[in-house]
Amino acid sequence: MPSERLPRETIAARLAEAGYIADRDLATALWMMDYLKRPLLIEGEAGVGKTEVAKALAAVHGSELIRMQCYEGLDASSALYEWNYQRQLLAIKAREGSGAAASEIEAQIFSEAYLLERPLLRAIRRKTPPVLLVDEVDRADEEFEAFLLELLSDFQVTIPEFGVISALSIPRVVLTSNATRELSDALRRRCLYHYLDFPDVDREAAILLNRQPSLDANFAMQIARMVGMLRKEDLKKVPGVAETLDWAATLAGLEIEDLRDEPEIVHATLIALLKTREDRAAISPETTSRLVGRVA
Amino acid sequence: MGAHGFGHEAPGLGPAMRMRLAGFVATLRDAGFAAGQAEAQDAARLMVSPMAGRPERLRAAMQALFASRRAELARFDELFDAFWRARGVKRAVRIDVEALAARSPRRFHYGPGAHGPPQAPSQIGGAPAFEGASTEGGGRRGGASAQEALFRKDIAAFVGDEERARAAEIAQRFARAMRARLTRRERARRRGRRIDLRATMRLSVAHGGEPIDLKFRRRKIKPLRLVALLDASGSMEPYVAFFTRFLHALAQAFGESEAFLFHTRLAHVSSALRARDPARALDRLALMAAGVRGGTKIGECLSAFNRPHARRVIHSRTCVMILSDGYDTGPPELLSSGLRELRRRCKRIVWLNPLTGRDGFEPSARGMRAALPYLDLFAPAHSLESLAALEPYLARI
Repeated sequence: MPSERLPRETIAARLAEAGYIADRDLATALWMMDYLKRPLLIEGEAGVGKTEVAKALAAVHGSELIRMQCYEGLDASSALYEWNYQRQLLAIKAREGSGAAASEIEAQIFSEAYLLERPLLRAIRRKTPPVLLVDEVDRADEEFEAFLLELLSDFQVTIPEFGVISALSIPRVVLTSNATRELSDALRRRCLYHYLDFPDVDREAAILLNRQPSLDANFAMQIARMVGMLRKEDLKKVPGVAETLDWAATLAGLEIEDLRDEPEIVHATLIALLKTREDRAAISPETTSRLVGRVA
Repeated sequence: MGAHGFGHEAPGLGPAMRMRLAGFVATLRDAGFAAGQAEAQDAARLMVSPMAGRPERLRAAMQALFASRRAELARFDELFDAFWRARGVKRAVRIDVEALAARSPRRFHYGPGAHGPPQAPSQIGGAPAFEGASTEGGGRRGGASAQEALFRKDIAAFVGDEERARAAEIAQRFARAMRARLTRRERARRRGRRIDLRATMRLSVAHGGEPIDLKFRRRKIKPLRLVALLDASGSMEPYVAFFTRFLHALAQAFGESEAFLFHTRLAHVSSALRARDPARALDRLALMAAGVRGGTKIGECLSAFNRPHARRVIHSRTCVMILSDGYDTGPPELLSSGLRELRRRCKRIVWLNPLTGRDGFEPSARGMRAALPYLDLFAPAHSLESLAALEPYLARI
């Protein structure tokens, strides 16, 4: 079923409606996914909101989001389909005395009723195209990547005992990668590419206000600037957008309305942003007050 | 290239525009982008889409289509502006392309003329020897007698295309042998721990549903990854050409490998080495390493490596191989702190120094001495023989 193709402006407007503050080129990339029927590969540091893009895309098209988390050792049986072995064994046992022919039993236990859908199969068996999020594809093995590539070009699945299952609709596919492993050139070539950077100060403040409407606009700018400066420090783990939101919530909970008022408390709350011992040590109370002095 | 091939997908596109687009795709390809026929056709479709109305939009759209890694984003914008927006830089791009064509692989890895006369490495040294730097070198692995001389010859003294080609072949063999030994270790695992229900079920059908033959599955062992850092400074000049060949062979043999080139700055060159054809790989490498010459800042480059790259390319089963003469113009503290950090992340650090093995030559110890405490292996790499001696060590990792 061909899905409707939205103009770029509509996509941009609906992204904003969905509460996703997009950077400049994202709407173009999302529009191109439909126009060229290619999957979108999103790369970026941990915590820049790659997964959020898929959620926002699902909201834009009003479609279902099917998420598949990749991990090392992920194979077809947990990504695509699996037979329901317990039921199959029971069915075999139940028919043991009935004198049914082996081929008959086999035909029955390898039928659709005994098939367990995993995310990839589910994604191509929907009547309306869902958004398929293949999260952290770099964590999966190279073999899986090759398999995924095949699925993304044919959109059909062969199950040896059952036959070929063709897609009822072509899902919109978003892949994310943290670049822990270099992806194959073939996969990169197949996909559109978007690099998601940490949001700049204005965009991060906009995200804060969007998520926590009770926040004062000036205070949101202060928080965004502070986090922006911290990201420039020499840190092991750079705080992401989710951490900024946590920190903002913490500060709101402590009823702080201006970072410059309480530098000591601000320093203590930095545990919401700095998640390794080295990073905690690297940002001394003096550094905190120096940075806080520059947020205005 | 098939300019007429664009017609089917984008009927609204005029022939003149189609030719220009073909030219653009060719430019991208020359610059190392993966721009195939499918991408070219999609680009043609973009040219007739609403995106074509505004140049910034079209650029963003084409960028998403053609660029496929972060490093390519800025390069793409430059090429796009130069080609389509003709801001007086169009000529510059043409010259770039010509320069690329002119820089034939032969010139890059053979010709001392291309980079000035090779420096005599002995000019560098003079400092006292350092002990403990010895290795299990020596000719453990003998070649055929005809190869013997080539085997022991200093890499810097290789002359003539044939000799170099032979050396590269041998390097390729070593690389494959190292890989083979590693793979064999993996295969020697005993039976797995978990029952493979799927396969067992399949087998049980033959026995009327009794799972008699059990199938097991085993955990796959992460393959060893090789990350190579090659010093391309002036003092390494005579060796760089050979080592790039060696790295190319290693990159082809290892499933996972990354390569970096450094001198006064660090360049990520894995994508160049991944090209199957060595000539093409070296060609692309030449382009990426453009402007490479001058002193070495090993320490600085190591911290540059640790900051953005290490997290991505290094995991617990990574062997880092540094190919350098250890002649560092930066402060030695920076080198040792960089190595210390690297040490924490990876499995092994191997430092191959082409100068230590040379008769009567002792390298400047300042940089090397700072580095030694953090190395798992410090070995000479001045001849094929010394490289061959590494093989059993790498297989043990």
